[in-house]
Amino acid sequence: MINLRNQACIVGIGETRYVRKPGSGLSQLALQLQAAKSAVDDANISLKDVDGLMPFPNLGHAEEFAANLGIENLRFAATVHTGGAAPVASLRIAAMAVCTGAADSVLIPAGWNAYSGSRARDTVSQDVSSLPGGAIARDYYLPFGLTAPPQWYSLMARRHMHEFGTTAEQLGAIAVAMRKHAQLNPNAVMYGKPMSLEEYMASPMITDPYRLYDCCLETDGAAAVVVTSVERARDLDKPPVSIVSVASGQPYPADEITNRKDFFRTGLTNAAPEAFALAGMTPNDIDFAQIYDCFTFEVLQQIEEIGFCDRGEGGDFVEGGRIELGGDLPVNTHGGLLSEAHVLGMNHVVEAVKQLRGDAGERQVEDARVGVVTGWGDFGDGSIAILSR
Amino acid sequence: MEAKPLPLLEGLSEEFFGWCKNGELRFQRCTECGVWRHVPREMCADCGSIDWDWQRSCGRGKVFTWTVVERPLHPAFAESVPYAPVVVEMEEGVRVLSEVVDCAPSELRIDMPVDVHFVAVTEEVTLPVFRRRAPA
Repeated sequence: MINLRNQACIVGIGETRYVRKPGSGLSQLALQLQAAKSAVDDANISLKDVDGLMPFPNLGHAEEFAANLGIENLRFAATVHTGGAAPVASLRIAAMAVCTGAADSVLIPAGWNAYSGSRARDTVSQDVSSLPGGAIARDYYLPFGLTAPPQWYSLMARRHMHEFGTTAEQLGAIAVAMRKHAQLNPNAVMYGKPMSLEEYMASPMITDPYRLYDCCLETDGAAAVVVTSVERARDLDKPPVSIVSVASGQPYPADEITNRKDFFRTGLTNAAPEAFALAGMTPNDIDFAQIYDCFTFEVLQQIEEIGFCDRGEGGDFVEGGRIELGGDLPVNTHGGLLSEAHVLGMNHVVEAVKQLRGDAGERQVEDARVGVVTGWGDFGDGSIAILSR
Repeated sequence: MEAKPLPLLEGLSEEFFGWCKNGELRFQRCTECGVWRHVPREMCADCGSIDWDWQRSCGRGKVFTWTVVERPLHPAFAESVPYAPVVVEMEEGVRVLSEVVDCAPSELRIDMPVDVHFVAVTEEVTLPVFRRRAPA
């Protein structure tokens, strides 16, 4: 087997402003183009040098990106259809492309007007064709009012609470940590809006056990990264961030959430050990984690499935500041989907790069050398990347 | 008010809900290896057989997990809140997403015994729902 360990790098990152009211004022494509352009500029390469594109599923075609960006020689285009797991999963495909010569530089954009445009809650219940298992949801979930992601995943959260004694306060510790980190990030939508555990507990119930502040934000914004080979990266100005390893996985079955023999086995359960084996590392080697936080419990669950603690111990793990800056494992130093913005997890990749470049300002993790980024999508698809400076 | 979404009566779903209309909860069972399955699938994922039949469930199950929807995220359910989509684990081993119609969400308990029951929501569509089992 060919191990692509440290053979490809992230050399450019870009982000738009992240906003809610009144919205970005840009089209979904224009937003993503803005982030894409700034990622290419950050890499200090020419758009003419970009010859690979990996758009997020259902948010734009490679052809329209290329036409707008002036990419005249698009040699490689692909999309990984795993929802919010796609940005991190795309890092592996991009690494494969630049290491085999299929492309020299691959641009991975993601972004949407999830505040001012159509909301995720609507698209998943009304556009069954965009979701693997959409017809199953239509026929077997929607008639009973199970219509949107927080409802799907809260089924897992409740079961975890039953089996392991996980508490609302422990889920709250995750929401509070993300909010605390957002206070150090001027581009976070929740910058300037600190939140206590009491405020979390008092927030209205959305789908019990999920309160309002267990749920990610709906925001407008886009982010992008540029991936190239380690040889090419040596010629560029910015310190490259090395893609040590990436792995993806799916739960079983991936298209139906209720009939899993092991109810807590998600895509990450298989992907994480693979990523650590490819990297020759263990969870003890990790300085920070940017974890796809669509909802608080998914953070706890991923912490367990990555192996930062055993299954069932996640509740204790997230308490006492362990996942906050200054703790053993700072999680979502930018504020995450919960308190920075919902940029489909691409903002997690960008934040990991900032940390590893030492460019995270007030929220810099001291001496950050190796970090983990995860993605989560659809009914529990998972992806994980280990990145290093 | 928008009508609640209904299953599309096509293919295997048409068969599943057709049995419900008859007042029978039936799941596919592999005729090769005997494994029960839900939701309906074309092939037995345990042995690869494409041979199966619709076998009648005993109708008994227990609550596996649930969520209580307090803020509707779909307009058709705006007036139904609070309501609880419930996962029921049947004695055959398969799990079904449904609801427990005679139980307030606050009274649901994991492992609560429930029995299947049927509600005709339209002339064409009957949904399988559950009721608390009376103590023996």
